[in-house]
Amino acid sequence: MTPLEVVTPTAASGLFGLAWLLIALPLAGALVLLLAGRFADAWGHLLGTLMPIGSFVLGVVLFVDLLGREEGARAVGVPLYRFIETGGWRIDAGLLVDQLSILFVLLITGVGSLIHVYSIGYMAYDPRRRRFFAYLNLFVAAMLILVLADNYLVLFVGWEGVGLASYLLIGFWQHKPTAATAAKKAFVVNRVGDMGMVLAIMLMLATFGSSAFVDVDAGAGEMGGTVATVMGLLLLLGACGKSAQVPLQSWLLDAMEGPTPVSALIHAATMVTAGVYLVVRANAVFTHTEVASTAVVVVGTVTLLFGAWIGCAKDDIKKVLAGSTMSQIGYMLLAAGIGPAGYAFAIFHLLTHGFFKANMFLGAGSVMHAMDDDVEMRRYGALRRALPITFATFGLGYLAIIGFPFLSGYYSKDHIIEAAFEHNVVVGVLAMVGAGVTAFYMTRLMLMTFLGRRRWAEGVHPHEAPAVMTVPLVVLAAASVVGGLVLNNWIEGWLAPAVRAEAHEASLLHFTPVAAVTLLLVAGGVALAWVLFGRRGVPQTAPSTRSPFVLAGRRDLYGDAFNEAVFMRPGQQLVRVLGRADETLVGGGWSATGDVLAGLSQVGRRLQNGFVRSYALTMVAGVGMVAVVLVLGRLA
Amino acid sequence: MEPSYYLVLSAMLFTIGAVGFMVRRNAIVAFMCVELMLNACNLALVTFSHAWGLLDGQVASFFVMVVAAAEVVVGLAIIVSIYRTRRSASVDDANLLKF
Repeated sequence: MTPLEVVTPTAASGLFGLAWLLIALPLAGALVLLLAGRFADAWGHLLGTLMPIGSFVLGVVLFVDLLGREEGARAVGVPLYRFIETGGWRIDAGLLVDQLSILFVLLITGVGSLIHVYSIGYMAYDPRRRRFFAYLNLFVAAMLILVLADNYLVLFVGWEGVGLASYLLIGFWQHKPTAATAAKKAFVVNRVGDMGMVLAIMLMLATFGSSAFVDVDAGAGEMGGTVATVMGLLLLLGACGKSAQVPLQSWLLDAMEGPTPVSALIHAATMVTAGVYLVVRANAVFTHTEVASTAVVVVGTVTLLFGAWIGCAKDDIKKVLAGSTMSQIGYMLLAAGIGPAGYAFAIFHLLTHGFFKANMFLGAGSVMHAMDDDVEMRRYGALRRALPITFATFGLGYLAIIGFPFLSGYYSKDHIIEAAFEHNVVVGVLAMVGAGVTAFYMTRLMLMTFLGRRRWAEGVHPHEAPAVMTVPLVVLAAASVVGGLVLNNWIEGWLAPAVRAEAHEASLLHFTPVAAVTLLLVAGGVALAWVLFGRRGVPQTAPSTRSPFVLAGRRDLYGDAFNEAVFMRPGQQLVRVLGRADETLVGGGWSATGDVLAGLSQVGRRLQNGFVRSYALTMVAGVGMVAVVLVLGRLA
Repeated sequence: MEPSYYLVLSAMLFTIGAVGFMVRRNAIVAFMCVELMLNACNLALVTFSHAWGLLDGQVASFFVMVVAAAEVVVGLAIIVSIYRTRRSASVDDANLLKF
């Protein structure tokens, strides 16, 4: 295997010295909002919205600067300070602004800013709105640390930071027991993935003596195959936890308990894609291990079908979208697992998905806003007249995700399916089927929500949301439409140096047999959904069914049941046994010792009889004994 | 001068004091027995001091006397106070401090 070319970042100059402000602005926002208390209630949401907008502006400036540079000088390292110095270890914290991370910065701060604006309206009547914005800012800061770090250990700081923010925001309505439980579940499942991350970083430190991207990339060529495989699988475990991929997928559906802007920002557009970022960033490791990259492909393929299946069976609008998110991230991971041919497509789909899924989640929030926070699609229907703007923007996001020609999903998903076919026919066919199923469940969602006849209750009066919520919808819908057209020809060449791939000629009118069959499948999915849900109408309660497919889908494919049977119950059993052993063996031993000593003291205390003369006798006897010992000692 | 006479006297005085302390109930007598033991010790200290030609023992006996004087002050006060409250000077009657 030819050694990989290692990209050495150029030194930061000019504006890049200020790159730390990208992170510092939202972090400062979070601190001010959390520390200022009720004093900040009146203006907290405005400050919280300004901070990511400031980061976005700085990100755009840096992006334009990078665009103006020649290809070799587009990775800029910004050393910050020495993070850890102990014994022989020296770990520096620094930022890496390159072609890959700047795209993430723009996505996070851009979509993040829109969602902040939207939240001003969505959370307007929540008494804890200031705290909500503080957590959102904290999330943005942590996510930026994650993507800007130049070192896996610093990346891990952001990795944990987004986990914390996600936990706080899922459980934001902590008075609801379901939300509190969902937050804990997300946290615990993420811990499993984080364990993989920690072990992978330890392995890097042990193998390369450093966890900096440059050192790992440089050393990757010399490490053994087994080490590379273990490292790759551990990184994949971390990615599975954060990105809700099988087998660590169970938390994402419950995470929908959080406020809808949170679902849009964290659980659709940005945080859950961190796993894809990790795999692409660690491409040097995955290049050297066939096993781990195959595992990535398998996980991606399984999850894309898994999520789509769940999406077909749910009646809760947010859970359908959550299943869809899992499925789309499965596509990204599949592309990332294919290797250099797929990295750019993974990031391409990640960006377009960020647009259209954030758009649809915010649209779902707008629908819930109109329907008194009801999420049950069977009680929607015919909302297109009541919510024209939401319908239009959601519809564009819908067309984008099913891959309607010339919209963003059409380009990004088609690339992945084609790359999958070149990689392996089975994977390609499964990815293609996934596209058809996507079309089916998204059409079902559209039909149940916006079309058909009205099924909502008498007292509900759906109304369009205020402008502060609809403007972000319109912007994101526009991005969903043009995202593919704008990025398609450009992104592969742009990312090529950062992910060490060769760029191909891309064309907007590129059309292959694979794309044709995919389109046919998509059309079939739409038609099937129309037959089942459009023409026939939708009953207000979920029809009872014996179909094992539907039952499995409604129960999240038994993910929770599996975890409970395999991990939770045996775990509880183990704890119970250990607890009893502790009580009887360890605790019993110590209590017995104590009891014996207490019994002896009961006897011993009788010596204290209160008669001075008997004490004197004891003393004299003692002195006598000492004297005898002394004398005997002298004689001996 | 033969030190053994003094030492024998000292031992006899100490024994009388120790036995008296153990057998007599009257607090005043018990107290006098304690003094007797202390003075027996003093006698032994002075004897050894003289025999070795060193002053250490004599200095130590001064310390013993000071302690004995202080002890008398405190001890007699306690005895008088017990007698006033319990109408008895018997050491066996003052037996509340026990298991």
